[in-house]
This record gives sequence, structure tokens and C-alpha cells, in this order.
Amino acid sequence: METFIQQVLNGLVLGSLYSLIALGYTMVYGILNLINFAHGDVLMVGALTALSVILLLQAQFPGMPGWLLLVAGMAVAIPTCVVVSLIIERVAYRPLRNAPRLAPLITAIGVSIVLQTLAMIVWGRNYMTFPQLLPADPIQLLGATVTVTKLLVIVLSALIMAALMLLVNRSKLGRAMRATAENPRVAGLMGVNPNYVIAVTFAIGAGLAAVAGVMLAATYTVAHFYMGFLPGLKAFTAAVLGGIGNIPGAMVGGLLLGLIEALGAGYIGQLTGGVLGSHYQDVFAFIVLCAVLILRPSGLLGERVADRA
Amino acid sequence: MTLLIPGLRNSAAAAIAATFVVGAVLIALPFVVAQTPLANAGVRALAFALLYVMLALGLNIVVGFAGLLDLGYIAFYAVGAYMYALLASPHLTSNFPALAAMFPQGFHSSIWMVIPLGAALAAFFGVVLGAPVLKLRGDYLAIVTLGFGEIIRIFLNNLNSPLNLTNGPQGITLIDPVRILGVNFGRTQNFFGIELPSVYLYYYLFLVLAIVTIVVCIRLQDSRLGRAWMAIREDDIAAKAMGINVRNVKLLAFALGATFGGVAGAMFAAFQGFVSPESFSLMESIIVLAMVVLGGLGHIPGVVLGALLLAIFPEVLRHTVVPVQQQLFGKVLIDAEVLRMLLYGLAMVVIMLYRPKGLWPAPEHGLNPTIRRGRNGAKAQTA
Amino acid sequence: MSHPILRVSGVNKRFGGLQALSDVGLTIERGQIYGLIGPNGAGKTTFFNVITGLYQPDSGTFELDGKPYSPTEPHKVAEAGIARTFQNIRLFPEMTALENVMVGRHVRTKATALGAVLRTKRTREEEAAIRRRSLELLEYVGIARYADYQARTLAYGDQRRLEIARALATDPKLLALDEPAAGMNATEKMSLRSLIENICKDGVTILLIEHDVKLVMGLCDRVTVLDYGKMIAEGTPAEVQRNPAVIEAYLGGAHKSVATKEVA
Repeated sequence: METFIQQVLNGLVLGSLYSLIALGYTMVYGILNLINFAHGDVLMVGALTALSVILLLQAQFPGMPGWLLLVAGMAVAIPTCVVVSLIIERVAYRPLRNAPRLAPLITAIGVSIVLQTLAMIVWGRNYMTFPQLLPADPIQLLGATVTVTKLLVIVLSALIMAALMLLVNRSKLGRAMRATAENPRVAGLMGVNPNYVIAVTFAIGAGLAAVAGVMLAATYTVAHFYMGFLPGLKAFTAAVLGGIGNIPGAMVGGLLLGLIEALGAGYIGQLTGGVLGSHYQDVFAFIVLCAVLILRPSGLLGERVADRA
Repeated sequence: MTLLIPGLRNSAAAAIAATFVVGAVLIALPFVVAQTPLANAGVRALAFALLYVMLALGLNIVVGFAGLLDLGYIAFYAVGAYMYALLASPHLTSNFPALAAMFPQGFHSSIWMVIPLGAALAAFFGVVLGAPVLKLRGDYLAIVTLGFGEIIRIFLNNLNSPLNLTNGPQGITLIDPVRILGVNFGRTQNFFGIELPSVYLYYYLFLVLAIVTIVVCIRLQDSRLGRAWMAIREDDIAAKAMGINVRNVKLLAFALGATFGGVAGAMFAAFQGFVSPESFSLMESIIVLAMVVLGGLGHIPGVVLGALLLAIFPEVLRHTVVPVQQQLFGKVLIDAEVLRMLLYGLAMVVIMLYRPKGLWPAPEHGLNPTIRRGRNGAKAQTA
Repeated sequence: MSHPILRVSGVNKRFGGLQALSDVGLTIERGQIYGLIGPNGAGKTTFFNVITGLYQPDSGTFELDGKPYSPTEPHKVAEAGIARTFQNIRLFPEMTALENVMVGRHVRTKATALGAVLRTKRTREEEAAIRRRSLELLEYVGIARYADYQARTLAYGDQRRLEIARALATDPKLLALDEPAAGMNATEKMSLRSLIENICKDGVTILLIEHDVKLVMGLCDRVTVLDYGKMIAEGTPAEVQRNPAVIEAYLGGAHKSVATKEVA
């Protein structure tokens, strides 16, 4: 039985990952009213691409330090994910921008399946081991045990999210994004190119997903073609929990969901007298999802969805 | 029948003739297919395709008629299947000695009990799952139902301790075959000198069930309830204002849609002889949804077509793709399973982009049918 | 002594910072055509939405044909006997005109799913009756020839008529029409006017939101005027027209002098 602090730390690691992924969902939903079903699979592409690069480099340059490999992996994963995401937006989502809502949802599901099967073809079906790149010695912190990788997740996510907040709130592009998120047509009349802003939104989301994917694989040392599904779904839950379309909401929602899941999984055995074990962990996210959507659909911080007048 | 083939509407004689022809083809089909290289596997595929027809029509009530996007529909299939598995296999009696004592013969259930029971249980779950989600908007409803479907699958996968209810990932085996009037569908039977292997028997059973399903759906569609569903789908506020109890009518859609899933599930369990949580994954829900959407949302013939196409095509694929790849590349690059999924995904994207109403949508009948709504919803002018 | 068809009083409705309705009420006698007018944004449609249950009021008492009712569920309101049309036409676009009207019969009929599946005699008879009545209503409003056409393909004026037919199908005691003449030309308006008069003659009381002053003058027995959510006048059309507060609301303070002139 791990200590409370340990659970909290695990929760923060998980939550940071969820936040990064949730941001992608929330930003796209805020502008397009579309659940980008394929987002989780984009993160998978990032993780697997990074893995291939890292394995390649390890074979070619056996002396290369772990952190460099990680950086190299990310450096390739991020543009790959961005490109994939932009292609998806251009080919599958843009033509359906004004179609009744069922169509883009079906397309999104279709894209998700295509990504998974392409990944199956390229990388095979089996679970692959993501190498331990950073020192694995446990560090004692505040009474809990962490690894460098886990700390990196928390720190990196925090930095990225801070940068994103700066971008969205202080830059011209950020202003354009916020305007388009509120009312694309009017933003267009004010000289903002909505297609450009939407593309940028997808690109940023994809970049975040790539980082999350690589860090997810690095933390749990495993990667495979289906790895994006559950994190994707949970991250969507987190986005809704915080308030869909609401960027700070996604951050808060992600962290909160991570904590709920870690604490829940840790204590569920005790709570149910041993009837339900920790393999019901995934059910927590689903329960939170259903509860939020049924009881408080606008989320904790309120939703921010485009006004499609 | 006349509804399904436009042009025959006014000719009773033609309708009857057509029914006979189609009927004869359907009855002869297993024998014909058995002669092809697909052999009995082909007939098996046909039987499964008929199960999918039932599933697709059931989901069509929810998605097509009432406009409620359910991504967890396979849960009802699972409920029906596991119910039958528990009531018609040694699982419960071998795990719970108390039950074994009460039922020394073991659990065997007659189909006449199983079908209504499966329908009722699935309907119950339909109400339970549907009630909390009724007021959610489209995509949220989709995600929550997806969540429900996954929750059920996780529970099925894990309810093997402390009490072994579902036998976890291994599933339940040794399920009784269907027995009607003493005829055991699990064995080859002989009718008037014609040999009917078990697979043929199930095919005919499922054919009957599929036809019943089609008839029931047509009747529901052209009824007060069917209109209420469509009204809700088109504009649920106006529907409310016209006196429709939207909440109850939506629940009815969930419940009725679920019953088809439940019955199909029970038949599946009997046919396959074992059930495991693997058969009830999200991918299955998506496949059934694809059948409804790609076939022609809300249009019964379209949905049947969609189900048949998407169920049979992968089987054909399996028997062509592997040998072709062997010929061309000397090895199998993409196995049939993966190719099947890839094509499902591509089909979903392509059809939504180019034929969003499906392959066989409901015919339009309007003043100026050539006035088409353009991509951005604007009415195009006609000359 | 029969009760008024509709008696509503003390309705308040607030949306966040906006007090949409302040202490609004009206009484409509059986057989009247009652008008609700006022400048844009005065709260007329909000009032409609409150009495038909689409919005929940912060306060108010509601009585239909002598019986109090609580407008919490729109379908119950329809059952009790208030039917409405919408300012921005809300038909069922993919359904045919006939089907649209048949949906209106839902609330007065009883066939169940089981009856539909088994095609019992009672169900079949009810279906036939629904069909007959719906065709009658299409005839009544003048669009019977479009019975099998999808509602979205009908011309604008015909769509408005279809909406009225659908509302009538619910056998209402009170028919609430929200700007039925919007977007119509003079000929269409005359035709609409005689339709509304016929409906009234045939026993349905009418509550009408309208901007067209001539139409209101010609049709309505009594009128209530709203401005910024408050009632500023109530009476016969002629009385209300001469009311300075009404004129100010529509035309602005500079035109108060119009009050002394006769308006045709």
C-alpha cells in the first residue's frame, strides 16, 4: 500500500499527461464544436515515431546519452504529429465544417481507426518496450519515491502549459485564437483567417499530444498501436471536467482527473472491502465522465464554445 | 416487400412474385455458397451477417429513427449473450455448488424462454443506460454511451472474483445450442432426405429472426411512435411543444433498440457456443454504427444493405487478400483482420465526405427535388 | 358564467442581468383573438415560451380554462390545450407536410409500440383517423396539394400555414401564434387573416404576436403592449393605438404628439 503522498505524486504525473492531451481536445472543441476522436491516436503516432527514432539512433550511435535520445525522439515526433494532424484537419474535417454534427463525428471515428490500423501495419500489433532513457534510480521526495522521468513529466508539462497561457493571452495569434473560438464568422470579418487559426489550433494540440505521447511511453516504458485510446478518452473527460473549450479548465481538469484516478485506484480495495480491485481503475475515469456530463455538463470552470449563430 | 422495391408499389401480383423469388433465393443460398471455395465458412459468414442485420436495425431505431448517437450499443448484445450463456451452460452450476444442488440437470434453457427474457433484460439495461443521458447533446451522448459500453465490458472482464460470475477474460464455454421442438441445432439434421448441417439450421433461424426484425421495424416506423421519434430527431423542442413526451419516447427508443441487441446476443451465444468479453469491444459498436450510417441512416433497406455489405465483405476479403498477397509478395504484409479494420475506417471517412446520407438513403420527395442544399447548407437556386 | 380561456398574472423572468419580463399578465376570454405587441426585444416571445413551458418563470400564476396549470413541461401544456407556432418556423423539415400534421395528433391519440407492431384493429383504425384528420387540416389551411412533399421544400408562406395546421392538430383550446405574418406580402397577409378568423370562428381562441399594425387592428379584439418586459398598455386596438406610452415605445419620445391624431 503506497502512502498518500505517493498516490498524490502519481496522480500529478498522470494528471500532467492528461492535461497536455486535454488541451488539444478542448481547443479544437472550442472552435469547431467537434470531438477530435483521432486526437488520442495522434499521441500514439508521436510515441511510436519517437520510439523508432530512438531505437535507430541507439543502434547507430550506441554511446549517445539518454537525454539526447529523448530530445531527438521528441524533435521528430512533434513535427510528425503536427503534419499528421494538419492532414487530417484538411482532408477529413474541413469539408464537413457545416455538415450536421453526426458526419464529422463519424469521420473522426473513421480517422481514428485508420490511424490505428496504419500503426498496426507499420509497427505491428505487439506491445513494444520503450527504453529507459533517463536514470531510473528512485529519488526520495517528501516521503515519496519518484524517478527523473516522472519529475520531468510534471516540470515539462507545467512549462509548456505556462507557455501556452502566455501565447493565448498575450500574443496576437492568441488573440486571434480566442476570437475565432468565440465567433469564427465575426473574427473573419475582423480580418482573422479562420482556416489559418484552426490549422494552428490543431498544430498546437498535436504538438502537445506528441510530447504527452513520448512522455507517456517513457514513463510506463511501453508503447503500442492502441495506446492512445484510453488516455485520449480520459483526457477528453478531463477537458469536459474542467469545462470544454476552456483552456485553464483543461489544465485543472487534467490534474484533477489524474489525482482522482490515482487515489481511487489506490484506495478502492479498501473502500469496497476487496470486492473491486485496482483493475477497475479505468472505470473511474468513465464514472467521472458520466457524472460530469450528467450532473454538471458545463464543467468546473465553465465551457467556452463557439457561438454558431 | 412493396416498400422495399419502389416501382412495385402498385402491383400486388408483382409484389407476390418478387417475394417468392427472393424467398427462394434466400432459402437456396446456403447450398449455393457451400459449393463455392468459401464452403461452410461462407454460410457461417451469412449467419453472422444476419445477426448483424438485427443489430444494425436495432441501433437504427436509436440512431436513425430517434437521432440519438449511441456508441455503446454492443453492451446490449453482450447482455443478451451472457444471459444465455449463464442460463444454458455448466458455468453457474460448476462454480456455485448450491445451484448445482438445486439444478442437478444443469442449466438448460428453452429458446421460447430465452428470447423474451433476453429482450426484456436488454430493454431493462436500455432504460437504465438511457435514462441518465437523455438530455445530453449529440456528441456528449455519444461519449457517455461509449463509456457505458466500456464499463460493461470491463465488468464482464473482471467479474470473476470474488464471485465468479462471468469467468473473466476466458469467457463462458460449453453453451447449449438452440433446441426447437426437439431439433438440436448443434447437429446436422436430416429433413426429407436433405442434409442440413448445423450452420444451415442457424442460418435459417437467423433469417426468420431477421425478417421478423425487419417487419417490426417497418411497423414501428410507420406508426405514431415512429413519427414521434422522427419528430424528436428533427426538432425536439418543436416535438415537445406538440405534446410529445420526449423523455419517455427517447427511453422507448433505447429500450426497443436494445431488445434487438439482446435477442441477437442470445442467438450469438448459442451459435458460437462460447462468449468472451473480446467479442463486445468498442470496435464492434463502431462497426454496427458504421453499418447504420453507411447504409442509410434511418432507412430500413439501406441499413439492411449496410449490414450485409459490411459483414460479408471482410469475409470475402479474408479469402482473397491473403492468397493475393502470397502470390505478389511471397508473404502476408497486411493480414485480413487489419485490412478489414483499415477499410472500415476509410469507408467511414470517404462516405461521410461524399455520400453523407449513406449508400441507400430514404428517397426525397419534395416540390423541387433538384433544389439541393449545398455543402454549407444554403439552398441552391434552380432554373 | 364561463371562465376565461387563459388567465396569467405576475409573470417574472430574469436571464442573468436582464429582467426579461416584469409582472406581466393577461386574461383572454373564450373566442377572442388577443394580440401581444411591442417593439423588438420587448419580451413577447419570452412570454410565449413561459406560458407554454419552454422557459421556467421566476414567478407567476397560470390558469387555462379555469384550471390552474404549471408550465413546467411543454408536452403537458400541449396536452392541457395550448398549441403554438414559432417565430422562426420550427417544422420537421425532412418529414412530409402530412407527417408533420400527423405528429400534431400524437398528443390526442393512444396507439402504443405494441399495437403498432401487432397492427391491432384499434391501432389501424386510429392510424386511419389520424390520417383523415391531418388531411382535413391541410385542406383547411389550404395546402392539401403538398401533403406528400417534404416540409423543407415548401414555400415560406406555406410552411407557416403548415405550422398552423400542425398546431391545430393538437385540438388546442388556445392557439398561440408567434409572428405568423412575418415575411409575408400583402396578399398572403390577407389570406392569413381570413384563416385566423376562420379558426377563431371554429372555436379556437387565439393569442397572436404580431408586428403588422394593420393586421393587429383588423383582427384582434384586445391587445396587450409590452416594452422592456413590462406591460405598458392593455385594451382594444383603438385604445392602445392612441396611448402615448405605446407611441413613445414604438416611435420614440419625439412623436408623443401623434397621440392626438387618428391612425387609420
